[in-house]
Amino acid sequence: MSVEVGNAGAAAAGTPGRDSDSKTRGWGDTCLEVKKVTMQFGGLKALADFELTMEPGELVGLIGPNGAGKTTAFNAITGVYAPTSGEVLVCGEQVNGQRPHQICGRGIARTFQNIRLFKELTALDNVRIACHQQRRAGFIASFLRTRSFLDDEARITKRALEFLDVMGLTRLRDERAKNLPYGEQRRLEIARALATGPKILCLDEPAAGMNASEKVALMELIRKIRDDFKLAILVIEHDMRLVMGVSERLVVLDHGVTIARGVPEKVRKDPKVIEAYLGDSYLEEKHIAIPAHSGEQMVEGEVPSEESSVNEVQA
Amino acid sequence: MTEFLQHLVNGVSVGTIYALIALGYTMVYGVLKLINFAHGDVYMVGAFSGLYIARGLGVDAEPSLGKALVVFVGAIVVCAALGVTIERFAYRPLRQRPRLTALITAIGVSFLLEYGFQLPPILQGEVPFPPGPTPRFFPEPFARVDYEPFGVHISNYDMVSLAVAVGFMFVLQYIVYRTKFGTSMRAVSFDASIAGLMGINVNRVISWTFAIGSGLAAAAAILVAGSRPSINPLLGLLPGIKAFVAAVFGGIGNVQGAMVGGLVLGLAEEYVSGYLLSSYRDGIAFALLILVLLFKPEGLFGRARAEKV
Amino acid sequence: MDFSRLILRSLLPLIIGIPILWAINGHLSGAAEIILMTAGIDVILAVSLNVVNGFTGQFSLGHAGFMAVGAYTATKITVASRSLEIIGLPAAVSDQVIFLVALVAGMIMAGLMGLVVGMPSLRLRGDYLAIVTLGFNEIIRVIIENTEFLGQATGISGVPYRTNLIWVGVGVIVTVMMARRLVGSTHGRALLAIREDEVAAEAMGVDTTGYKVRAFVISSAFAGLAGGLLVHLIQLCTPRTFTFVKSIEVVVMVVLGGMGSITGSIIAAVVLRFGVEGLREVQQYRMVAYSIMLIALMLTRPEGIFGTRELWDYIPKLRKRISS
Repeated sequence: MSVEVGNAGAAAAGTPGRDSDSKTRGWGDTCLEVKKVTMQFGGLKALADFELTMEPGELVGLIGPNGAGKTTAFNAITGVYAPTSGEVLVCGEQVNGQRPHQICGRGIARTFQNIRLFKELTALDNVRIACHQQRRAGFIASFLRTRSFLDDEARITKRALEFLDVMGLTRLRDERAKNLPYGEQRRLEIARALATGPKILCLDEPAAGMNASEKVALMELIRKIRDDFKLAILVIEHDMRLVMGVSERLVVLDHGVTIARGVPEKVRKDPKVIEAYLGDSYLEEKHIAIPAHSGEQMVEGEVPSEESSVNEVQA
Repeated sequence: MTEFLQHLVNGVSVGTIYALIALGYTMVYGVLKLINFAHGDVYMVGAFSGLYIARGLGVDAEPSLGKALVVFVGAIVVCAALGVTIERFAYRPLRQRPRLTALITAIGVSFLLEYGFQLPPILQGEVPFPPGPTPRFFPEPFARVDYEPFGVHISNYDMVSLAVAVGFMFVLQYIVYRTKFGTSMRAVSFDASIAGLMGINVNRVISWTFAIGSGLAAAAAILVAGSRPSINPLLGLLPGIKAFVAAVFGGIGNVQGAMVGGLVLGLAEEYVSGYLLSSYRDGIAFALLILVLLFKPEGLFGRARAEKV
Repeated sequence: MDFSRLILRSLLPLIIGIPILWAINGHLSGAAEIILMTAGIDVILAVSLNVVNGFTGQFSLGHAGFMAVGAYTATKITVASRSLEIIGLPAAVSDQVIFLVALVAGMIMAGLMGLVVGMPSLRLRGDYLAIVTLGFNEIIRVIIENTEFLGQATGISGVPYRTNLIWVGVGVIVTVMMARRLVGSTHGRALLAIREDEVAAEAMGVDTTGYKVRAFVISSAFAGLAGGLLVHLIQLCTPRTFTFVKSIEVVVMVVLGGMGSITGSIIAAVVLRFGVEGLREVQQYRMVAYSIMLIALMLTRPEGIFGTRELWDYIPKLRKRISS
């Protein structure tokens, strides 16, 4: 599979937005740098000074309560919105301010919170459109059906079929996307995003609406994609077990502000994170105090996962 | 100087008419997000309703203020009913459909009115129904008196028209911003489903919005019919498009925008065609439309809406 | 060897079609031929509009304006060169060559106008785009009516009769070829993606604005072709032929046939044209019937006869052979 990887070379160390306690694979230089990105809509600051650095092979989870600004962060990174301030760099090149299709060309692909498949088109066509950037023949060539055009089509179809295969959707290739079962639709969205040949994959709530076993399968799939395609993957998720299980580190947003970052074990115990999800009355109830600066301990609880009940929180 | 004032008077005069029609467009777009292509033709129906009522009352033989009032109110009532009927049968079933479907239906209704009124007559009479393509003449509701203050031509028709139009606009302003109904209307234009969940009878609000908008169009038609008595089934085409431009210019969905837009268009037409090329008069509206849509599509008072991804 | 295969592959429909048209030409009755030609021009209009309204999902209401651009350009050339003859060719052939040049020039000008109109407008939302295109349609008409060079309201006189079944037939074949090949290519899929979900298309690397403009330009160019063919059939080139009513008529064809279906556009255009001709006596009722049909269609079956499907979608075996 032809997916480009960031330039081989020494891994960057001590870059902002990263934590020293997460490991790198040495698959290449930093591929995503988000520097102090702010999104302001009129009077509302949906995202404040968002920072993130990713290297190929990293799996980062972006979590936070509803309305925290996670999808806004995605939109700012992928160009749906132009950041009010701040920079986004892909492999060292600035992309903020460019149009989404240009940013896609630079190597960022995404899925959407509410599935945005091309409903009336077949699964195969959905993925073939993502291969559009690999075309070489222009309009006139397609009209005249030249050899280069036919080669294009063959190559694009072959590539699309490969990605359908990766996601296990080959037998559904000719089904209209709107007719696919929900889980298949989510997988098709991922296949489509992969087919653009990204360096960075942004998944917006990929597990929404899935049952427990589907989520486990999805976790495996995400890791496999990361390994096979050597991508950096950024995941928004609400399912704590899933995102903590699959992420190597987490970034936590609340009301647009980054309130915590680090490895899952550390983040789940961070009182600011607990407060964001459960409210300060919970904190009072459980006698959990919020330290003045993060880094001090005083941790007595942790963010519960979906399945565990509140009573199981360790004091 | 006289010329300047004359253009001013004419511009305001025709501008208020555009404003009245524009209000219908803007209110309907506000609550339904639909460009009611048929609105200009409701204006035309208003003119013809007035004509039939006037003939029925024998206005040209014995004009009187009372009869004029009956004609005026009658036309408004007829058109309000027409607007409500159109909404009920042509637009309401399509509320959940993509906007394009309703737009095409609106085009269909518009054509139906225009060409329906051009059919050969079914009911005979002095003026048969349908009236057919030949122009008909609106009788004078009361005697016309011309004045010439400072060398500027103005007739009592113009003054009445201006007074009534401005009066209606003030009343509408009051309704929209100071009554419970107005608040419901604004709520529905903001988000219809949430408004429904808040206990607002959305269907009723929309019906009344159509009624008011169509009524205002009829009022405009009657006011114009005094000074321009020739009416025909395609009467609503040009004023309809121009009023639409006015509404877009002011910010479609915005009531004050429609009023300002109407005045601006009326004045622009007068001054540009007066001092430059008169044959391009009708093109000015289109040029204004293109300019607005290219540089500030949300209009003067509108706010750009970002789509949530 | 490869070049001849390329010619065969790309021009096969024409290679088959032209001899057939040549054979039929002149053997039908005058009236039948005229109806057929008018229907063919309608097909060109409907299919070309479908590229924008159906494939790309943009609502354009100004098709007649681009027809006008093509028509007037072509007319100016044919009228100016009435007395001209290309050296070495007999008069009849020379006329045909000039006609070809005129039609192509018309297409180019119409396409350019599509670029001028499309580039700034295509970032506007659905209903706004409809209004802008309508506005341009009327502006073009107003400009023509006020320009002496273009004959103003009375139009250009002395338009020669050049259109015949072969020309219209070739026009139809080329238009349908264009649409069919477009939709079966990655460029066509990009247009469909824009129709389905513009945000997602953009996120997958499709330059949505660029493609919308391209679709607009192609559509306008072929509208220009239809315009050129029409005026040289009716021998009349006035602005009255190209009002927004004409645009609406084309929209009705596309909506009736199904926005996004080439087959639908072809069938709807033919059905409506034959229907109109059949109802010649009741001409006044035509528009009323039109509007009632439009309303009824939107209320009952807004996707039209074919929706987004093509004829071959109903023939599974054929479909598998085409898509592989």
